[in-house]
Amino acid sequence: MTTSTPTIGAEWLSNGPDSDVVISSRVRLARNFAGFNFVARSPRAERLQILELAQQRIMGSGIAPSIMWINLTELPPLERSVLVERHLISKQHAKGDEPRAVAISSPDERVAIMVNEEDHLRLQCIRSGLALSEAFAQINDADDRIEANIDYAYSPRFGYLTACPTNVGTGIRVSVMLHLPGLKLTGEIEKVRRAAKGMSLAVRGFYGEGSEAVGDLYQLSNQTTLGKTERSILQEFEGSIIPKVIEYERLARRSLIDRRKALFEDQVFRALGTLRHARLLKADEATMLLGLVRLGVTTGTITGVELRTVNHLLLITQPAHLQKVSRKDLDQAARRVERARVVRQYLGT
Amino acid sequence: MRNGQKIEKHLCEQCAKDEGIQVQQQHAPINELITKFVMTHGEGVVTAVKSPSCSCCGLTFAEFRQRGLLGCSECYKVFEPQLSPLLERAHEGGMHHCGKTPKRAGLSLDRQQRLMILRKQLSDAIAAEQYEKAANLRDELAGVETSIRPIQPASSTEGAPRREMPGERA
Repeated sequence: MTTSTPTIGAEWLSNGPDSDVVISSRVRLARNFAGFNFVARSPRAERLQILELAQQRIMGSGIAPSIMWINLTELPPLERSVLVERHLISKQHAKGDEPRAVAISSPDERVAIMVNEEDHLRLQCIRSGLALSEAFAQINDADDRIEANIDYAYSPRFGYLTACPTNVGTGIRVSVMLHLPGLKLTGEIEKVRRAAKGMSLAVRGFYGEGSEAVGDLYQLSNQTTLGKTERSILQEFEGSIIPKVIEYERLARRSLIDRRKALFEDQVFRALGTLRHARLLKADEATMLLGLVRLGVTTGTITGVELRTVNHLLLITQPAHLQKVSRKDLDQAARRVERARVVRQYLGT
Repeated sequence: MRNGQKIEKHLCEQCAKDEGIQVQQQHAPINELITKFVMTHGEGVVTAVKSPSCSCCGLTFAEFRQRGLLGCSECYKVFEPQLSPLLERAHEGGMHHCGKTPKRAGLSLDRQQRLMILRKQLSDAIAAEQYEKAANLRDELAGVETSIRPIQPASSTEGAPRREMPGERA
């Protein structure tokens, strides 16, 4: 059995706590500097000023032993897409020619700060598995360090002021990426969706707003930011909502194995077989099949394939990563061939 | 549904558009809220449209309704009457911030506005090549910035006093 060592794996795809169900935990803070217009209303000269100010403050803040500063306007489109696929910048931040940047803690990539996205700063910390408190502690510390030398736009009534009023207050967005194939197979996923909606949580796919839950990967995040403390939002997620979802997902997996063993095994092994023998793979198809193999691996049905390898493949089969790994510019048809080749290389045939 | 069979399709944004399916736009929640608000508060909207634009960045409430984004900190003060009901709905009744507050003394909105005006005058002066005026403005700006230096040493990240916020619970 081949389980090659990942070469350009993201740290958040390693095996953190509860990683059978939780892929990653992310906490993001929206901040703006006092005395400047918000980004969308800033002329180019002001955006450059903000960029310079942010660079000074972030690079001198000691938020991580090593920080990479990337001016996105100087980065080729493929590299920008790689950052999007690694969840280090948003799709919106990858577009356009206005002055903007991202600062990334290196090499762990846990902390990423987008500069001149919708707000002057969008600080995020991403951790593997269920580790929201750790992610919050790290990003809160980074926020304190940056704020020690600059004033943020803030009002006692509205809290941290943001360009979009849906983020005002704490400016916090707590997101957990979940793998819920059990609930999907038992048909209970809609209940989770409805329950989440009832609690004013957003349910999205692997790549955020507007994306489908391909591979049974779902992102659950809070939508209200005003009138609740960061701690209470985190507590709601980590202490109550997410553990319940994890429990339901594990129950669903257990019941599938106990009651519909043949069907369950057929699904996961068929997916593994396809991945091991396919000569053409579309991105969504690969994600969907890898999701099923992940289910097989986490339940112990499939042995000899490491969870880390499956997680890694989920990332490197994405279009930009595939081209980066292959060091080639590939059109869509060539990518399907290459994707199938890379998957076979990792999963062995 | 086709021939009594439910057909499930997973499409990317572009493919969905190509098939004529409406893709959710960014800031849909706030835009939706604004639209709902407009429909249920007809009179309020007339007032909103006529409301003065932001004295700092020039944004009108109508522009905010279109894009869902405010222009600057001052907008929160200028549009407070119109924003309050929107915020209450968007944040499930949350009307006042509670949670983290900046460790530094922070700036009042008036001072934030003063900084913004000075920065705008400075960039206008530079654009018009009025260097003497620009130098004076730069000094003035530095004065305002210096007067709001940290209340704690920059190196300290612990133990800074925190202001009690309205609605903040222990």
